[in-house]
Amino acid sequence: MIAELGQVALILALLLAVVQATLPLLGSLKGRDDWMALARPAALAQTGFVVIAFALLAVAFLVQDFSLAYVAQHSNLRLPPHYRLSAVWGAHEGSLLLWVLVLGTWTSAVALASRRLPLPFMARVLSVLGIISVGFIAFTLFTSNPFLRHLPPLLDGNDLNPLLQDFGLIVHPPMLYMGYVGFAVPFAFAVAALIEGRVDSEWVRWSRPWTLVAWAFLTIGIALGSWWAYYELGWGGWWFWDPVENASFMPWLIGTALIHSQAVTDKRGSFRAWTLLLAIFAFSLSLLGTFLVRSGVLTSVHAFASDPSRGLYILIFLALVSGSALTLYAVRAPRLSGDLESPFGIVSRESLLLSNNLLLAAACALVLIGTLFPLLADAFGWGKFSVGPAYFGPYFFGLMVPLVMLLPFGPLSRWQQSDPAALWRLLRWSAFAAIAGGAVAWIAWRDSLGWKGALGVVGGTWLALGVVAAWRARATSPRDVVATGSVAPVRRLNAGFVGMLVAHAGMAMFVAGVLLTESSSIEKDVRLAPGESITVRGLEFRFVSVGSANGPNYQADRGQFEVWRNDRQLAVLHPEKRLYSGGSQIMTEAAIDAGFTRDLYVALGEPLREAEASAPGTQAWAVRIYHKPFMRWVWLGAVLMMFGGLVAATDRRYRRARAAVPVDAGRARAAASSLLGAAA
Amino acid sequence: MRTQRQRRLWMAGAILLGVGTATALVLTALRDNLEHFYSPSDVVEGRAPADRTMRLGGLVLEESMTRAPQSLEVGFVVTDRFKELPVRYTGILPDLFREGQSVVATGKLGGDGVFVANQVLAKHDETYMPAEVADAIERAKTKKAQEAKSL
Repeated sequence: MIAELGQVALILALLLAVVQATLPLLGSLKGRDDWMALARPAALAQTGFVVIAFALLAVAFLVQDFSLAYVAQHSNLRLPPHYRLSAVWGAHEGSLLLWVLVLGTWTSAVALASRRLPLPFMARVLSVLGIISVGFIAFTLFTSNPFLRHLPPLLDGNDLNPLLQDFGLIVHPPMLYMGYVGFAVPFAFAVAALIEGRVDSEWVRWSRPWTLVAWAFLTIGIALGSWWAYYELGWGGWWFWDPVENASFMPWLIGTALIHSQAVTDKRGSFRAWTLLLAIFAFSLSLLGTFLVRSGVLTSVHAFASDPSRGLYILIFLALVSGSALTLYAVRAPRLSGDLESPFGIVSRESLLLSNNLLLAAACALVLIGTLFPLLADAFGWGKFSVGPAYFGPYFFGLMVPLVMLLPFGPLSRWQQSDPAALWRLLRWSAFAAIAGGAVAWIAWRDSLGWKGALGVVGGTWLALGVVAAWRARATSPRDVVATGSVAPVRRLNAGFVGMLVAHAGMAMFVAGVLLTESSSIEKDVRLAPGESITVRGLEFRFVSVGSANGPNYQADRGQFEVWRNDRQLAVLHPEKRLYSGGSQIMTEAAIDAGFTRDLYVALGEPLREAEASAPGTQAWAVRIYHKPFMRWVWLGAVLMMFGGLVAATDRRYRRARAAVPVDAGRARAAASSLLGAAA
Repeated sequence: MRTQRQRRLWMAGAILLGVGTATALVLTALRDNLEHFYSPSDVVEGRAPADRTMRLGGLVLEESMTRAPQSLEVGFVVTDRFKELPVRYTGILPDLFREGQSVVATGKLGGDGVFVANQVLAKHDETYMPAEVADAIERAKTKKAQEAKSL
């Protein structure tokens, strides 16, 4: 029953998506208001049926309906309920359904919040989103249908891959997809503007909060993935430059460039074409990421069972969507800018934001080349290669150095022309303090802190003090009235400005965290037996014992470790080695004592069987021990960036219509006169 | 208007220079950090360079795993079911490392003909075989068949 209903719901969603993709767009070209008006109901109904399909699949997992092949493959009777729910997106088919659901959520949000937009524009935006929905719902239905039957039904299912029976699976994919797919909104906006043939600053302002929210979700999604990879042994740590990690990072880099370039287009009307191009690229890279992850064409530690033939479908869809958007761009973009661009000096907010964009775009290109090179080499028959982390790390670092150096100047500079001497006066003490701080750290912890760590202190302090300087300048001087070029008085600490400061503070924390943890971490693989201990950086890790512990669907060896400094016990850690009953798969659960300034990490490798038989409980184990200073700062920085993005998205200026919009002005006048009438 | 044109020319020049430098840097970086993928047959038959970091892929030969008594050093044999290559590694092996399963090791070929790995990867999913490993086994199989024919 569930299978058939789900099937029908998906088919109806596809049909409605076809309506949403075609009629409103045609209507906008022919000037048919009735066709355009279909956009909103079609979008909402389409989403409704996708929600029904998704809910049905979730129910199938919860009630353990093993007549569905997908459920039977990825769940079993002993799987706890919360993992049954996350198992919905634990493999290819369901993960695509989640993609479709998230796209539907964004589409409906746009449909509900777009009442202020001119009808033809709204129709085009929703139609473009509809085209993407058609592609992905069709992909799900025809190549990756989660509602296929397995008859006769199995008595028990296989199992969810034990690596995925984790909190990480519950939160990471939905957040990441909210970000990935959210870039479809600025993309749809860009394509709609290109069809229209002009970019109104009103519409750029309208798309800013959407981009910010998508970017915030992507930020936290990537951070959650990084955190998960960090505590999962064998996933290469918090960042590994693995193709699947890169796949999510590229849209983030371009998305970050996009939110900055949108600011210029919104406030100054410049960079119009560039903003549109970035919006197209951000979503195209999201599609590319989906292709890389789902097709398994690249060798990755994060690759799950995947199917190249399904990958081909995404590749064709990517080529069609991005190809037609870029063609449209090539035809229309020259008309968009030109005389509308207002000139700006070498030192100005525009030029600083331009450097931000160039550096981020270059960083993205660097990652893109390194990620795709193995594919190209294979396609051209040069051989099978992979690109090592040593390619990405140093060059990425090189590009981020100027970015960090220039960043604090951005919020302090003025549009059009800024006085370099005045900028320097505002920031010179910050610069001195940052360098002094780095020097002090270098001298105080020379044996554990590399040059990278010292640079991390310099960079983090510089960015943090830059935030303080920007806040003080805004809060204490009337400068902003002139700076924003606005005639009306500006609220000094609006949400957009506060959000930017929070995000930049997150960047400060992130830069310091990354460089400190990379330069001063200690990672040791040792052989330890219960009763033995090892000292790492003044901390004594005592291996007390190994016992057994059983979970709902696994049996585990559970180690007990105590961490002591001198005579004080700092932490007790319980790493586990689990044997899952379903697939008889072995899993390592690391134990971590997380702290603000350091993480202690212990993982059990494997028991080392001696030649001479040893009594159980005294056997030696391969043990991994980490001491990672400032590890949490990497993710806390990302959390701050996310909050910054969300706060900025609430800025009222994005929702306020400018006076020049005739419909709204007329309505306002009508409202005002009726108010006056009531008063009289 | 002349200044406008001059400025554009300068801009175009600067952008070209920047893009050129960046491309050159990226290509150099890429060349230095490429890890070629080899099968045990490639290595045994001398097609792999001795001093470069590379990736070796294949299956872990059944009952080939040995462990040194007082350290974390392990030895195992990687095979493409045609030729075999011994591998040495010190450290913790991934959970999905198992005899008879596919594996990808990154490292260098030692002078004694033993591949010294500094990283051993097994996959997230026990039913999954990396494309390179599948390819290496496939190549070895075709070759075996050809040799059988020519005998």
